Amino acid sequence: MRNFLSDKVTGLKPSGIRKFFDIVSEMKDAISLGVGEPDFDTPWFIRDEGIYSLEKGRTFYTSNSGLKALREEISNYIKRTQGISYNPYDEVVVTVGGSEAIDIGLRAVINPEDEVIIPQPSYVSYEPCAILAGAKPVIINLKSENEFRLKPDELLEAITDKTKVLILPYPNNPTGAIMEKEDLEKIAKIVIEKDLLVMSDEIYSALTYKNKHISIASLDGMKERTILINGFSKAYAMTGWRLGYACGPKDIIKQMTKIHQFAIMCAPTNSQYAAVEALKKGDEEVEKMRQSYNHRRRFLMNAFKEMKLDCFEPYGAFYVFPCIKEFNMTSEEFATRLLKEEKVAVVPGTAFGDCAEGYLRISYAYSIDNLKIAIERIKNFVDKLRNNS
Amino acid sequence: MNDKMRDELLSILEKNSRIDFKELSVVLGATEEEVLEEISKLEKENIICAYHTLINWEKTDIEKVTALIEVKVTPQRGQGFDHIAERIYNYPEVKSVYLISGGYDLLVTLEEKSLKEIAAFVSDKLSTLDSVLSTATHFILKKYKDHGSLINETSKDEREVIIP
Repeated sequence: MRNFLSDKVTGLKPSGIRKFFDIVSEMKDAISLGVGEPDFDTPWFIRDEGIYSLEKGRTFYTSNSGLKALREEISNYIKRTQGISYNPYDEVVVTVGGSEAIDIGLRAVINPEDEVIIPQPSYVSYEPCAILAGAKPVIINLKSENEFRLKPDELLEAITDKTKVLILPYPNNPTGAIMEKEDLEKIAKIVIEKDLLVMSDEIYSALTYKNKHISIASLDGMKERTILINGFSKAYAMTGWRLGYACGPKDIIKQMTKIHQFAIMCAPTNSQYAAVEALKKGDEEVEKMRQSYNHRRRFLMNAFKEMKLDCFEPYGAFYVFPCIKEFNMTSEEFATRLLKEEKVAVVPGTAFGDCAEGYLRISYAYSIDNLKIAIERIKNFVDKLRNNS
Repeated sequence: MNDKMRDELLSILEKNSRIDFKELSVVLGATEEEVLEEISKLEKENIICAYHTLINWEKTDIEKVTALIEVKVTPQRGQGFDHIAERIYNYPEVKSVYLISGGYDLLVTLEEKSLKEIAAFVSDKLSTLDSVLSTATHFILKKYKDHGSLINETSKDEREVIIP
């Protein structure tokens, strides 16, 4: 029999940490700080709306680009949080999570040979999505001494005459890094000068702990060259509802909607009705969750400080990204031993890019009581390693 | 301490009054001294009135019966409802007294060892007060949620392992 598989797909690097996760899923009694999704339940009023829409028998498809009411609320939301006006009729498309928006966004703009710049450490799907879309990914290795922000010289160095897209993943998973206005302005200047398109993944935009998040699309001349991606998973604790969206120039959104229409038809109807309610009435609940994450963030930062574990202060998402280079182990070795010896699961930094060797992603989407136990165990482990060296 | 942080402090303490000063200062991003000072100020101003524990008495062998009593009263000249409320809340078995808008005036929570004792309190003490016009007693059969906490359910983490 022939080999039926696609070379492009089989050629995708398998996640280097699959092995690690196999061990995690076997160890049922381990405390996990590895999960990248909120520990909160979706606020009740949103779930209630989902239930209500089922009761009403709203089990049909919606229009391909999403419920009109939802696109209008998304447009309102972006207007009131970022001051950017998107026309809900042709500049917004509702997707199955932010991840679908990344996929169709890249597919809508990539021609063979185009280069996509991906700063790492970052979310795992940019690189494979770029490859599947036919692009050549160009990785920028972000530096800890820059707090994992993207610097203008790093960007300039990565740009060639084939560069088309810059992926801007802030607030960042896994580092928790943010980009402030002055950082974005420098990047925007280069983007305009070099005539690039930005795919700005702002799925964690509601979860920042210093200043309010600023979208690069809000800067002068950037709206027309930015695909803004966001969604409901992180801010509203709605991961399982699978709902995200993209806003951008109408010619790009039109092509994205075309792919979305052929591959997906439309995002889940029930989730869309619930999301309308989330955007209308959710601000207070989001703020409560944000405050709670912030407490945990401070708690972890203080614990690492006391442990003398090197960690820059992250101001976004719900991750801290401590450095473990002092122990002369790979991230995976450290994480595997921590799991086996102290039964705490964290994610090796290398899951998010080779340059994240020597770092761990620790999620604080867990209650403080949970974090306390985990920190105690991490401390034991770190003490043990230091005493043996 | 600014108002925003004070509000945050209060909402943390409302959920967990046993949190220690060190942890409280860490999560708020303040110093321990600031937290201590603020709490003693809040106690002095009677903004923090007391620290309670939510107990599920049903799981103990101590018998407790709780009733909610709606009370209609005639307000008194110059004192409104305050005087009659005081006459009622002075009984130690009365757990709470609220002035309520709507069909009646005061909502009284009463905790006793038995149904009989509640009946006795209502007929002997409450109904006989001069300004009490009528009462309606409701017994609590089961508590599902109290002070924002679920009584019987403990939540467990059902998130699945997903490769990030």
